Amino acid sequence: MYKYDHYDQAIVDARVEEFRDQVRRRIAGDMTEDQFKPLRLMNGLYLQLHAYMLRVAIPYGTLDSRQMRMLAHIARKYDRDYGHFTTRQNIQYNWIKLEDAPDILADLATVEMHAIQTSGNCIRNISSDQYAGAAADEVTDPRPWAELLRQWSTFHPEFSYLPRKFKIAVIASPTDRAAMRLHDIGIEMVERDGQLGGRIFVGGGMGRTPMIAPEIKDFVTSADLLSYLEACLRVYNRHGRRDNIYKARIKILIHELGADEYRRQVEAEFAHVKTLGLDPPAAEYDRIAAFFAAPAFDADAPDAIDRSDPDFALWVDQNVAAHKQPGHAIVTISLKPAGGIPGDASSAQIDLMADLAERYSFDELRVTHAQNIVLPHVRKADLHAIWMALADAGLAEANLDLISDIIACPGLDYCSLANARSIPVAQKIAARFASPERQRDIGELKLKISGCINACGHHHAGHIGILGVDRKGTENYQLLLGGSGAEDASLGKITGPGFDEDGVVDAIERTVEKYRTLRTDGERFLDTYRRVGMDPFKEAIYG
Amino acid sequence: MKILTGNDLKTGAVTWWTGEGWSIHVEDAADVGEHGESIAAAEEGARRVNAPYVIAAQATAEGPRPAHIKDRIRALGPTVRLDLTLKPADPAVGEWVI
Amino acid sequence: MGELRFRDDATHDEPAVTLDSFLDQSNATAVRIEPGDDARALLPHLDRLALIDVSFPKYRDGRGYSSARILREAGFKGELRASGDVLVDQIAFMRRCGFDSFAPDTPLDQAVVAASLARYEHVYQGAADGTVPVWKRRHG
Repeated sequence: MYKYDHYDQAIVDARVEEFRDQVRRRIAGDMTEDQFKPLRLMNGLYLQLHAYMLRVAIPYGTLDSRQMRMLAHIARKYDRDYGHFTTRQNIQYNWIKLEDAPDILADLATVEMHAIQTSGNCIRNISSDQYAGAAADEVTDPRPWAELLRQWSTFHPEFSYLPRKFKIAVIASPTDRAAMRLHDIGIEMVERDGQLGGRIFVGGGMGRTPMIAPEIKDFVTSADLLSYLEACLRVYNRHGRRDNIYKARIKILIHELGADEYRRQVEAEFAHVKTLGLDPPAAEYDRIAAFFAAPAFDADAPDAIDRSDPDFALWVDQNVAAHKQPGHAIVTISLKPAGGIPGDASSAQIDLMADLAERYSFDELRVTHAQNIVLPHVRKADLHAIWMALADAGLAEANLDLISDIIACPGLDYCSLANARSIPVAQKIAARFASPERQRDIGELKLKISGCINACGHHHAGHIGILGVDRKGTENYQLLLGGSGAEDASLGKITGPGFDEDGVVDAIERTVEKYRTLRTDGERFLDTYRRVGMDPFKEAIYG
Repeated sequence: MKILTGNDLKTGAVTWWTGEGWSIHVEDAADVGEHGESIAAAEEGARRVNAPYVIAAQATAEGPRPAHIKDRIRALGPTVRLDLTLKPADPAVGEWVI
Repeated sequence: MGELRFRDDATHDEPAVTLDSFLDQSNATAVRIEPGDDARALLPHLDRLALIDVSFPKYRDGRGYSSARILREAGFKGELRASGDVLVDQIAFMRRCGFDSFAPDTPLDQAVVAASLARYEHVYQGAADGTVPVWKRRHG
């Protein structure tokens, strides 16, 4: 994975000192909160429900054991001994003091980490495929491109006061494991006539008005990629709406202009920007890509797995994916234990995962947008030892992509934007479907919960989605069916009137049972829904 | 009744106006009547509080109970981590918030 | 006044007219553009402009950053001023976008300005100020 050179380190160190000074000036009263707010947001520091909340960047979800241990250290030293992994592959801490924030950033900088642009009206963390470098279906590793984009977007002087936040995802396989089509800009790296380049989608997003990003450019050569993105952002900065915070994302601009007109404006700007010499040379890509070369895999690693322990076998079947290298596998560690809080991990658990990565996965981990952790490069022969260690730590739940592998935003328990609590709903659903056999029988069912319309839980992209709303002062939950964040992207459709907390769990159970009666061989819930439509489910739910 | 709440500038802790100063305990919150906005402005200007706002609350035997669940969660802590609330040992915390 | 200027030439005396007035008038040498104005409307007239004032009514409205870069990219060498709700923590980005003078509503703390401008020795991307981006330093 990427390692800073002295330039990268100098930039992060300067940022720490800059923020230290900004905090000093805020506490001394030289700045009002209104003046300070965008500055602290650009350092990922929110004023939240219980305290300040700090969102630490994990660029394209990749980190090593040293960095993971630092995240555990921050949880212990500055917070309440746990962290929350997010739907953008970052981590956040809920009990931070403003006066500690500069020291936290200084600690992070010692391991090449930061909280730069994890909030604010700027370009956020570039997200990517959690199986990058390990999946057989990728055209190239998308992460060198994500790193190029990270550097390009960091402290970009023209794009730091955009109409609204800006989220970019980069993948390099036809399978979309990063919900790429639901980003402001989604890039699929592809090969055309022996040349590498990007297929560019612009204008996706969730929130109040979810949209799947239309394709704006079918192929930009890799040499022109940054100029093209510069043009996309400039058109947005100049013409994105600034009159209404709920209409300020680029998806609204594209919806209102139409994709063709937006494309035309971008092409005109691109023709100009291309002449400015902004694109780094191929040598810079090569320099970065060298950090992502394949690790020294054991070419003789045995392919056999001893499945005699039935619990281990179940975990292998559910949480272990095929690796492009024979004798190796990709492990997903579920952060959705029964009764737990989706995406949360204690400092002890974080340390354990760091140890496992260092010992068994070439010192590398990934954070997924589904709030789980991946060990990307594991020898099959080591799977059992890993599983035993995970089981000891409460991290061996064999539920990847099953109904209890719920994506949930922090909701009203943690977030001042929320209208309803999301975590208790997730826990009740997991409890209702506690039986592992029942979960496996149901099969793949991606359930996503958001506590408000901002959709940080990605409920529009859930096979089953839940949206928490405030209905005359009480929490109420709307149910959506049929969303998908994969390459078959679709937006969930609302079933009808909402429910209280227990009511929505009952409604989901009726939905799932209906699916079971209607499904044909091999159909997932999503497939059955797409075949039969909403009506049978609506009838089952509301009678 | 109306009470005034905000966050401590340096620590971020949720605080409540007692009539004389700021407390992390909602039981200490005082009825500000119609003076909430002006107290808030003065206190924020002096940086004794950050982002203050006035809320409705019910006077109860245990002290003021904020009208909206969001502020009750702010007052005590997350309902899903009772060990992290201001009253980890109190079995009635869940009832009070929800 | 709190004005800040990074040019050696004399300050321009003539007041800045609005874009509409400028496009009507033949002899104005200073113009002020608002966030919603198209900076490219000035491109045919750059050689008769000594000063372009880019207004920032609200600091969160970042359209002026694009306007500035567009004007410098088109070869404008005159004074490019950021005026209005300009806060000290934006000066560094504004300099990189090509602004060389500032007329903030609220005077800026000069010590903070100086510290801010000296803070970052290195930048990741090319912009209008000519600072060599890191990728270029890496590869000569």
